[in-house]
Amino acid sequence: MKIINEMTISFKALSVNEAFARSLVAAFCVQVNPTLDEITDIKTAVSEAVTNSVVHAYPKGCGDVTINVKLYENKALITVSDTGVGITNMEKAREPFFTTKPDEERSGMGFTVMETFMDEVELSKNGSHGVKIQMLKNFGEVKRKIVGE
Amino acid sequence: MQIRNRIYNNTLYVILSGDLDEHSARDARLTLDEIFEGEGFNQIIIDLSELDFMDSTGIGVLIGRYKKMKDKNMPIYICNPSTHAEKIFKMTGLYDIMPKIS
Repeated sequence: MKIINEMTISFKALSVNEAFARSLVAAFCVQVNPTLDEITDIKTAVSEAVTNSVVHAYPKGCGDVTINVKLYENKALITVSDTGVGITNMEKAREPFFTTKPDEERSGMGFTVMETFMDEVELSKNGSHGVKIQMLKNFGEVKRKIVGE
Repeated sequence: MQIRNRIYNNTLYVILSGDLDEHSARDARLTLDEIFEGEGFNQIIIDLSELDFMDSTGIGVLIGRYKKMKDKNMPIYICNPSTHAEKIFKMTGLYDIMPKIS
């Protein structure tokens, strides 16, 4: 399928950048006419992915988070990546309520939220270091369903 | 984010406004703990009608407050969540410990 538009941004893995990142991605996706609910789904999932990098990727110092968004006619592919310490057990990380920092009042629900709000979520290594989270969101599924009926 | 509170009929009403995410979580924890330390109430209602955004970090904040107040037998209720917040609450089972009231 043909890519209509694409953008890439990089910023420091600081929590102050979370609102900026989710708002920017949501604003970029508006051009393919998602519903308000779909936009909020994307904002929430992007926030979770960026939070993962902010909290876990760079225990010593502060590296970068990169977001790439590819827009298609009726879907968006969003990739959030960092070059940090990576995730030791990726399968475990996806389990609901699993957290490596229980003393910090973390819910361990980040990946579950991403999986609930997006249509596909893939977690992988970003090169030799770091984490790459790819998330796909289909737009207009409900509308098409109604028309199909 | 902003947090306002008032006590009425032995109930502490707490209104959260703005975004509850990783960036605002630390201040939210400190402010809520300070408010919850007060006296003159026997239940707490957290009003989310002015909350613009929340992710799973917010769940961590709420569960943390529940654990602290559980020792004092102080029930906490949630009211006016957005559709999205509601989805996260149901997914995480938060309503089992902080029931929703209208």
